[in-house]
Amino acid sequence: MDFSNESRVLHRCSAQVLDIGNLLLLSLWHLVHSIISICNFTLDIANVLESYLISSGLLGRYKSLHIAKLRYLAIVIESEGAYQTSKIIELLQWLEAVGVKHVCLYDKEGRSSGFSLSLGILKKSKDFVLENLDGAILFQVLSYWQPSIYAMQDAHENNVLLDQQHMTLEFVSFSDGKEAVAKAANVLFMKYSKSGVTDQNQKEKIFTESQMSEALKTVGLFLLSDQVGEL
Amino acid sequence: MDKEYFLTKVLSCWSSLIRKVVFCVLRVGPIPTHIAVIMDGNRRYAKRKLLEEGDGHDAGAMALLNLIIYCYELGVKYITAYAFSIDNFRRKPSEVQKIMDLLKECMTVLAKIAKHHLIKVNFAGNLELLNAELRDEAPKLMGVTAEYSKFVVTICVCYCCTDDIVHSVEESCREKHYYHSYIGDSHDDDKDDDDKDDERHMIKLVDIEKNMYMAVTPDPDILIRTGDEHRLSNFLQWQTCHSLLASLSTDWPEIGVWHLVKVVLDFQQNYDYFVRK
Repeated sequence: MDFSNESRVLHRCSAQVLDIGNLLLLSLWHLVHSIISICNFTLDIANVLESYLISSGLLGRYKSLHIAKLRYLAIVIESEGAYQTSKIIELLQWLEAVGVKHVCLYDKEGRSSGFSLSLGILKKSKDFVLENLDGAILFQVLSYWQPSIYAMQDAHENNVLLDQQHMTLEFVSFSDGKEAVAKAANVLFMKYSKSGVTDQNQKEKIFTESQMSEALKTVGLFLLSDQVGEL
Repeated sequence: MDKEYFLTKVLSCWSSLIRKVVFCVLRVGPIPTHIAVIMDGNRRYAKRKLLEEGDGHDAGAMALLNLIIYCYELGVKYITAYAFSIDNFRRKPSEVQKIMDLLKECMTVLAKIAKHHLIKVNFAGNLELLNAELRDEAPKLMGVTAEYSKFVVTICVCYCCTDDIVHSVEESCREKHYYHSYIGDSHDDDKDDDDKDDERHMIKLVDIEKNMYMAVTPDPDILIRTGDEHRLSNFLQWQTCHSLLASLSTDWPEIGVWHLVKVVLDFQQNYDYFVRK
């Protein structure tokens, strides 16, 4: 009897100690994260001050940017930001003024179920963006789920990429990412099936990275496919 | 000598205790399931410390083993390390040989640790590019540890993400062709199922993802790169679209537990954002 009472008391004490321990750990965790939040807030203020100093021209090192080294700039825009078309235009005007030649804007919209096309918000407002941006050329990609149907803009066929006077713009969304690789895989699969190289050694390479890049171009990823190998 | 040894032991116990307390605090919040690392800065470290070039890689290997232990203690389930890229074959032959020898030693150490702590070891990459000895040893170690699941260490060797994508497309093509040639033909008589048949013949995203070298692990929650670099260098760009990218200014051999703590705290700070994505 005594033993069972003692063990109950011991069990209750250890549970209480455990609760106190957990409470202490929780408090410490919140304290650490509060300190980090304060530090991050201070850093954010410092970044805003630096932005103002850059804009005012007081910081000398931002006056010459060596922009020729920047071959291709890709910007990820949050879906909420992608609705603010005027802000997008302002951003692109800044980039044009700075001298950036090739820009890709990406926004990820939530995927629809099944095989329906997922067009980004930016793609839908691209006409409005282009109207307000002088001198930019749209490097548009139209892609459909059926792998046999692909549309290419005249811009690519006329080698506009070599034209250094204009900024080229590419709008991509979720369907141009991993799903585009799946589409390119089907393009390569059709070639593979037709080629009759089916009895090859399982370990031998069938495709090269440059063939993959060509297949990506076929499904509509032009500028980005050239940069894939640079990653 | 005894005094020094005693002091070292005491310091070691203290630091181990402090580490355990810190990890207990961290575990109040969400802990990343999978951490991937790009081990940059071994050669810079060796140059700075006036060591032989190969010694930087030795120090880097030790740092990786320490990080594996810290991640195991913290409760991380998967760790993936970018040990050797296909592009690294362009380095000096002596350096490549040094890294291969180091890989062999690491395999021996991992084999011993894995048995005691139920750690599964994977090697991801085009292992056909390795020398014959490593090509045999790697699958052996994977086979011996295949049934362990408490903690998974993946070493990416002869790996590039673009090569992984091309490889998985190749495997998907072979699979679909096999299905079409040997299994699909028996369904051809059923005309009502034409649409379903077309779908079966098409390569889907899920086919590509299941044939990747990195299909053995879930996508990383955090990708750490040392050496103050901010690029992926063809490592896991497919898998890191929702990962926190942490760039540390320290060189890889100098990475320690506090860097891991900092990165996990950043992850916890941004956790709500990543969950929404």
